[in-house]
Amino acid sequence: MTHTFLEQLWIARYVIINGVGVTVSISLLAILAGSVLGVFVGLALVYGNVVLRVAVRAYTDIIRGTPVLVLVLASYYVSAAVGLDLGPFSAGVLALAIFCSSHVGEIVRGALQAIPKGQTEAAKAIGLTFTQTFTSVLWPQAMRQCLPAWVNTAAEMVKASTLLSVIGVAELLLRTQEIISRNFMSLQFYFLAGGLFFIVNYGIEHFGRYVERKTALPS
Amino acid sequence: MGYTLNFGAVWRNFDFLLSGLALSLGLAVISILIGAAIGLAVAFALTSKSRFAVVPARVYVTVIRNLPILVLVLFAFFALPQMGLRLDKIKSFVLVLSLYSGAYLAEVFRAGLLSIPRGLTEAGLAIGLTGMQIRSSIIAPLMLRNVLPSLSSTIISLFKDTSLAAAIAVPELTFAARKINVESFRVIETWMVTSALYVVTCFLIAAVMRFVERRLALPR
Repeated sequence: MTHTFLEQLWIARYVIINGVGVTVSISLLAILAGSVLGVFVGLALVYGNVVLRVAVRAYTDIIRGTPVLVLVLASYYVSAAVGLDLGPFSAGVLALAIFCSSHVGEIVRGALQAIPKGQTEAAKAIGLTFTQTFTSVLWPQAMRQCLPAWVNTAAEMVKASTLLSVIGVAELLLRTQEIISRNFMSLQFYFLAGGLFFIVNYGIEHFGRYVERKTALPS
Repeated sequence: MGYTLNFGAVWRNFDFLLSGLALSLGLAVISILIGAAIGLAVAFALTSKSRFAVVPARVYVTVIRNLPILVLVLFAFFALPQMGLRLDKIKSFVLVLSLYSGAYLAEVFRAGLLSIPRGLTEAGLAIGLTGMQIRSSIIAPLMLRNVLPSLSSTIISLFKDTSLAAAIAVPELTFAARKINVESFRVIETWMVTSALYVVTCFLIAAVMRFVERRLALPR
């Protein structure tokens, strides 16, 4: 146990890189699946009939009222109990994607509802069908509106990916705990993990601002 | 599938879940109150003219907001003792959630402060109030009213974050649920009831906040 922090870091280098890789894959999968699902949730909330709207509203309210950790634990234990052999990784990603979808759904709903009614009327006046109106008038405007909140959600997902450590997914935080259990350098290695998470999230935030500037309408 | 729902085990342990929920609420209330005090001070620092106030406040908010709270919870409980600060699990969690909520509330309050017209500060100066008096009796009360909607969603999300205390074995609601899950194997029932308890509590918090909002609304 006479190794210094740098020596310990060198010994653990592959474990840490691996953990970062797993964290990034969890986050990407959850953001992708959650965003696709979330767009449908948002569309259902705005354009669905009464039955669909009530059902989707109940879904988003229940998901948004439940802590992510509870979603992760429930997904893991319930999927095993009903005989769906998902394993911790898939169960965890499923929980995060569901969580992400409820947030993206609300973002999409807000953006679509914020578009002035005159836009739809103008599109109707020049003879566009609803599908055309949606794809070439409403959606491009809504996307722009969504972007800042969507980037926030993406950063939230990276942070929420740490919760998968609780069900034994070997992402960065669980890897860090394993390393610490071998060398007892909790201060140094938690600092390192914190630093890595900070870099990823800060990077996402800045990338988001860059895309926002790029896609902004000239004013 | 031959699974029939049986809530017996969950109802037998319902007191345990409720005491967990009470602890969750207690953790949330204490941390949010401390966090609000931190957040208010940091928000004033963020909107001040002095760079010596802005830079440290900005660093605090940026760092905390970009870190996963679970990393902070584990750090406070396992790594702080190495720095000579040994706290029990509840105290270390309250410390973390207070600092965490402080950073989020600071951003909420900052947005509120920016929405207060400059003329109000000038009016305060004109009648001879000091800067501190202007902040405490003109700006802060007005700002608090303005931020109530975003304050309530921040409070709800912080309440849900108390579930993270389960990671260091604080017996709050999620920890209680996990224990019942493992002991009774009534998996679906346990998580249904637990989720319902969280959803109902969040709903009640939102209702209370809307009530406060209506009561405090300025006549228009």
